[in-house]
Amino acid sequence: LADTLADVPARLPGALLGGHSERSEYVQISRIPEAGPGLRNVDPGNAINSKTPLNKLVGVVTPTDLHYERSHAGVPDLDPAKHRLLIHGSVSKPLVLTVDDLKAMPSVSRIHFIECTGNGWENWKKADPTLTVQNTHGLVSTNEWTGVPLRFLIDLVGKDRSSNWMLAEGGDGAGVDRSIPLTDEIMDEAIVAYGQNGEPLRPAHGFPIRLIMPGFEGNLHIKWLRRLKFGDQPWMTRWETARYTQLLANGKARQFQLRMETNSVITSPSGMMEIRSGYNRITGLAWSGHGKIAKVEVSTDDGKTWREAQLNHPVLPKAQARFQMDWEWDGKPTKIVSRSTDERGNLQPDRQSFLDQVGTNALFHYNAQQTWSIDTAGRVRNDLA
Amino acid sequence: MTWRRHAILGAILLDFFTSSAGAYEFGRPATPDEITLWDIDVRPDGKGLPEGSGTVAHGKEVYQMYCMACHGPNGQGGIKDRLVGGQGTLGSDKPIKTVGSYWPYATTLFDYIRRAMPYTAPGLLGADDTYAVAAYILNLNGLLPDNGKLDRESLPKVKMPNRDGFIPDAVFKVDDERQAPRKRGTAP
Repeated sequence: LADTLADVPARLPGALLGGHSERSEYVQISRIPEAGPGLRNVDPGNAINSKTPLNKLVGVVTPTDLHYERSHAGVPDLDPAKHRLLIHGSVSKPLVLTVDDLKAMPSVSRIHFIECTGNGWENWKKADPTLTVQNTHGLVSTNEWTGVPLRFLIDLVGKDRSSNWMLAEGGDGAGVDRSIPLTDEIMDEAIVAYGQNGEPLRPAHGFPIRLIMPGFEGNLHIKWLRRLKFGDQPWMTRWETARYTQLLANGKARQFQLRMETNSVITSPSGMMEIRSGYNRITGLAWSGHGKIAKVEVSTDDGKTWREAQLNHPVLPKAQARFQMDWEWDGKPTKIVSRSTDERGNLQPDRQSFLDQVGTNALFHYNAQQTWSIDTAGRVRNDLA
Repeated sequence: MTWRRHAILGAILLDFFTSSAGAYEFGRPATPDEITLWDIDVRPDGKGLPEGSGTVAHGKEVYQMYCMACHGPNGQGGIKDRLVGGQGTLGSDKPIKTVGSYWPYATTLFDYIRRAMPYTAPGLLGADDTYAVAAYILNLNGLLPDNGKLDRESLPKVKMPNRDGFIPDAVFKVDDERQAPRKRGTAP
């Protein structure tokens, strides 16, 4: 097909201006609702999460409607005028706050990733070759969150100094609740948020208010927040005992492994894409619950040699960072893989070292390096190193 | 500006906000009665458990009416989480995590049923029915006799088989912090 500028359609007046901008009809992009590992293309009634199309996104900020979702009892329909936040327990002044009360308080805005602890769980035991990066890593997203610093609320109610734990509870059908250790880091960085990418939270993401816990398990970012209670020990809720604990090979389980570890994945080329020999640009995302990403390395020979990728700036703490690298593919079968290092020196482990540490039954907190294999036809497939 | 300096500045700003907060009133005091209405959490030591009681026998009736459709007869074989069995499988290649094999505290069972079950109508069961159905699930797991009964005294005393099966991350043992509080802004 001869490509000349004469073939480009002529300019014309366009559609009327509207109150809302829709995506182009040429852009096909959406999340995928899924159930557990290996349970894809499920009836929406059986879905437990909905994954972000990392393979179709650029930059680091996830479009609000494509931010991944994990809900435990559906998305409640909450009227902000009737919603209340109760803060009580070991405090001198238990309070009931309205959403307007919170909006009147001093606020902060921070760009952070949220990651479900189940992200990556498809690849614990095997690698289904038909998976895209949306299937393997679509349970992480980055948005800007606006709200009241937790520290402000703690001081407002006069938390007892001996209280080192906080129960955060949602207003969903399941009343999802988690015990949160009040480390200085958490008290300094946690936010009771009402804003998401410049607008009120979307219902799927906690409208009208949610907790933001930068760098920690997605499940701790309690959506539809309606209660904060201070105490001196964890409550041992179902989610921090029966659910989000990591079973090791010896049958014991890690508990309160709250921080999301250093992670990265190549989003292009990635699973189910096709590339041609010659010049290719490799790009992907890296993130760490410890802070900023310091370095991302990429191997195009199955981990034998590594080259440092370029990071797009600014690189923000506890947010996803975009990396890219150019690559001349010689057309021979190979495997490509990325590994990140954060500012505290934590290196994303290769799969075998990772499995040696935790076994294959942990289900959550999978952060091993992701390998994509490429065959002679340029077909990119999910693979194990 | 580096993030660290940013964080320090943020902390200073927060101090400013905090010191000036006394000048403003946000929200209203919570009354004891309304706190009771929402204060549904239960701790492993039993704190938060309500009055009332329930028997294994009654729990079977409650289970068959509200739970069996999803969790199957006798707590297994249903379309949702298996509740019974699996003891001895946690170290195998195919671990089966149930209330009996995995859950470390019986109090969590009461708390979770009361807050989240039945799925379509959470909060429907009263205290007596919740004790009863918890008793029945423990009975199915061999942790309570057929003539067993639970209340706020006996429930926290039920020793779950996997009570010692968890390794909490040391970094979050905030008890240690009480002795030596860290400086603001430093990560654990």
